[in-house]
Amino acid sequence: MGRVVVDVMPKPEILDPQGKAVAGSLPRLGFGQFVGVRQGKRFELEVEGDVTQEHLDAAREAGVQVLSNPVIEDVVAVYADTAAVQA
Amino acid sequence: MGRIGVVTFPGTLDDRDAARAVRLAGAEAVALWHADSDLKGVDAVVLPGGFSYGDYLRAGAISSHAPIVREIVDAAAKGLPVLGICNGFQVLTEAHLLPGSMIKNDHLRFICREQVLVVENADTPWTREYAAGERITVPLKNQDGQYVADEHTLDELEGEGRVVFRYDGWNPNGSRRNIAGVCNAAGNVVGLMPHPEHAVEPGFGPDGAKGPRTGTDGLRVFTSVLTSLVGAA
Repeated sequence: MGRVVVDVMPKPEILDPQGKAVAGSLPRLGFGQFVGVRQGKRFELEVEGDVTQEHLDAAREAGVQVLSNPVIEDVVAVYADTAAVQA
Repeated sequence: MGRIGVVTFPGTLDDRDAARAVRLAGAEAVALWHADSDLKGVDAVVLPGGFSYGDYLRAGAISSHAPIVREIVDAAAKGLPVLGICNGFQVLTEAHLLPGSMIKNDHLRFICREQVLVVENADTPWTREYAAGERITVPLKNQDGQYVADEHTLDELEGEGRVVFRYDGWNPNGSRRNIAGVCNAAGNVVGLMPHPEHAVEPGFGPDGAKGPRTGTDGLRVFTSVLTSLVGAA
């Protein structure tokens, strides 16, 4: 079983209210070194057998068409999760 | 008598209220199911509010690919009047019938209040019984109500008179340029975040000029479309 990971993030110019709220909570827990947080989404798409270039291309297409909304989000990365191979 | 379809998705909350608003306006409400591909010959369609498909992925994202929405997209291109309220508005943006998108309210909290809106465009099939510039009060209730679009799109919407409703006074969710509702270029597709279908009947609406809960400012959204249908026939 192979796994393709698609990472989606809010566009830089879009205010990320969730990330802002998380950023506000970190100093209270002693993590004062983090001055900003943006929160995104990670999708794991499973395929039969090893991940091929076709799988990656299809995953990117699905990322743009369905997994993200291009008005507010960007697909920032599409890659094979090699740790998933032995799973 | 006009026949107005009201779509139900798994997780829709306000379909019964929308159907009631349609009947109070004097039309027949026709129930439409998300998994059907049959618009049942309706003269107009309302996509009501709620949490279709649990808002999984993004609000309205999965619903926008439902069979009934594919039919609505085709019919809208031919001029069918379509109204999206709250989650229905989100479905229309995800289906690319309306520009922009909605993200979480800037203050991160669910909000429920009686909201004053300015009717900016009184020429759409859903707003023609209002006067341009008129202030109306309808309930607003949402978590993901912050309307966003890029500056170019916003300028285009403003320039073409496609901002249909704007929040009056305080902006309840951080929406760009206080936008509460927009329409497509042809004007037949309108989406708004607040709920006109909850302000259609004395005794159950927001406070109005005649006393508590007497507000029925939302009813004219539904009578407007009937007038439009008569005019088009």
